[in-house]
Amino acid sequence: MQSAGLMQSVDWFPLWLSLRVACISTFASLMIGLWLAYVLANRAFRGKELVDAAAALPLVLPPTVLGYYLLVAVGRESAFGRLYEWTFGQPLVFTWQAAVVASMLHAIPLLVKSARAAFESVDRTFEMAARNLGASEWRVFWRITLPLARRSVFAAGVLAFARSLGDFGTTIMIAGNIPGRTQTVAVAIYDAVESGNGALARSLVLAISALSVAILYLANRIERRKQAT
Amino acid sequence: MIEVRIRKRFAPGPESAGFLLDVEFQAGPGVSVLFGPSGSGKTLTLSSIAGFVKPDAGRIQLDGQILYDADSRVCLRPQLRSCGYVFQNYALFPHMSLRENLTFAAVRHARLERYRAVSEMLDRFELGPVSGRRPHEVSGGEQQRCSIARALIGNPRLLLLDEPARGLDLPLRAGLYRVLRQVRAEYQIPILLVTHDLDECFELGDRMLVVREGCLVQTGTPSAVRERPASIEVARLLGLTNLFRAEIVALDPGRDQSRLRFEGFELSAAYLPGHLIGDGVWVSIPAEELRVTSGVRPGPNQASARLVSTHQRSQSVRLEFEGELSVDLPRAEFEKQKHNKEWLIEFPAAALRVIEGVAANENTR
Repeated sequence: MQSAGLMQSVDWFPLWLSLRVACISTFASLMIGLWLAYVLANRAFRGKELVDAAAALPLVLPPTVLGYYLLVAVGRESAFGRLYEWTFGQPLVFTWQAAVVASMLHAIPLLVKSARAAFESVDRTFEMAARNLGASEWRVFWRITLPLARRSVFAAGVLAFARSLGDFGTTIMIAGNIPGRTQTVAVAIYDAVESGNGALARSLVLAISALSVAILYLANRIERRKQAT
Repeated sequence: MIEVRIRKRFAPGPESAGFLLDVEFQAGPGVSVLFGPSGSGKTLTLSSIAGFVKPDAGRIQLDGQILYDADSRVCLRPQLRSCGYVFQNYALFPHMSLRENLTFAAVRHARLERYRAVSEMLDRFELGPVSGRRPHEVSGGEQQRCSIARALIGNPRLLLLDEPARGLDLPLRAGLYRVLRQVRAEYQIPILLVTHDLDECFELGDRMLVVREGCLVQTGTPSAVRERPASIEVARLLGLTNLFRAEIVALDPGRDQSRLRFEGFELSAAYLPGHLIGDGVWVSIPAEELRVTSGVRPGPNQASARLVSTHQRSQSVRLEFEGELSVDLPRAEFEKQKHNKEWLIEFPAAALRVIEGVAANENTR
């Protein structure tokens, strides 16, 4: 077979799209997930464990169910969908931004779970001492709680990134399978296998596998180095 | 000046008995020691003052400013209370150097002043050479000084210390006491120190507040409390030896004498004003004020007793006799007497101290 020619013809767009989606999704998930985890770890309010359970729901529901919920929640007919369309001049569904939302739905529960445990494992006396020394809650979080929990939070962030990189079910339901626009790696591989394009499938599978291993290896190394200091 | 009047109730749980904290006291500049056994509510009192715990009722006022008042629903956040707090394990931030720990606490200083203020504090507490190190890289004494310096850099109006000497060996303890005496001299603020170590009360305390089961049972200078414990419980907390129940059988104001009947023998003591013949009282007899001789026939104010055991101590030897009677002898004296077969114990009249407070529970012994 003319493998060199095939390599030439492989469309790498899905890989770049996946990376972009994963980066944005991880960043946004960190914002929301860490905030939610901090609230769950530090505030006492009614229905707290209910919120915790709801936050973990995406981990157990079938991706198609999540996709359906999302279509209902952010579709063109919904309030959010209309607001989005009014603001950005285009609907959210069946765009690559929708893939970001789909990835976040999986990344946030992972982050909330591990970050809550991480924040709760920080010795409360450090936070009490910081407050006693006049630090605002904001300062306590950024200077004390987060740095002391950084290893677990970092690990959770890497996990969320890796998870975002490979989302399939929810993404295909809400972002669709539009080559060159919303086709992420996972969707492209499915598409390639379905249409009998084995060479393309192999290339993408190898690339995404290598990338994932590299990320996890790098994350481990960074974490190891942090532990040493 | 700190004025505290707080109540907090903890409902009994499946594994814990209920607890009621109900304390009221005032403290001016100088060291006031909160002394009591573990679980008596000392640390809870400090936490309430610092704002980590919210009492159910009462009022806390510092230099005229209300920190907490149940009636007007004022409860300032810990950030606004300006109480320095030294935690039991120091709670130095492990991911910051000593200098960074102090800088973190110096938020109230103007930005340009901060570096100088931190340097001054580091020098004052002899931390200059190690200021760049993390807490786990410096000695226990340096950690301890750093935690005190950190608590003081914001110029608090009150310093709270929660068992600062717990788990320290003797040289470190001496270092801590030296630092705290220096702090007491340099800062004219009230210092509240929680401890269950009696020596610490005497070492540092200008005043002593005895806490027991959530209540303040006696206040005064440490030596006054020791001389005149308010109740048998306080006497026990202070570790007073030889606490006995006695009945007054004779009172003679003219010769400044009284006679007390113990289980099996009678002793003469000084006259007891304010008591009647037939009264039951608790008597404490300091172990180091008793004398022993060899012999079988008791003379005046003597009783014979059987020796149960001897215990070597750093400065003296403690002899324990039947009936829970302890005598401390200087080493030299013990060497002279250690071959005695029969023992007579002599009770000087001045050694018998009647505990004047009313015992909460008369028949505990």
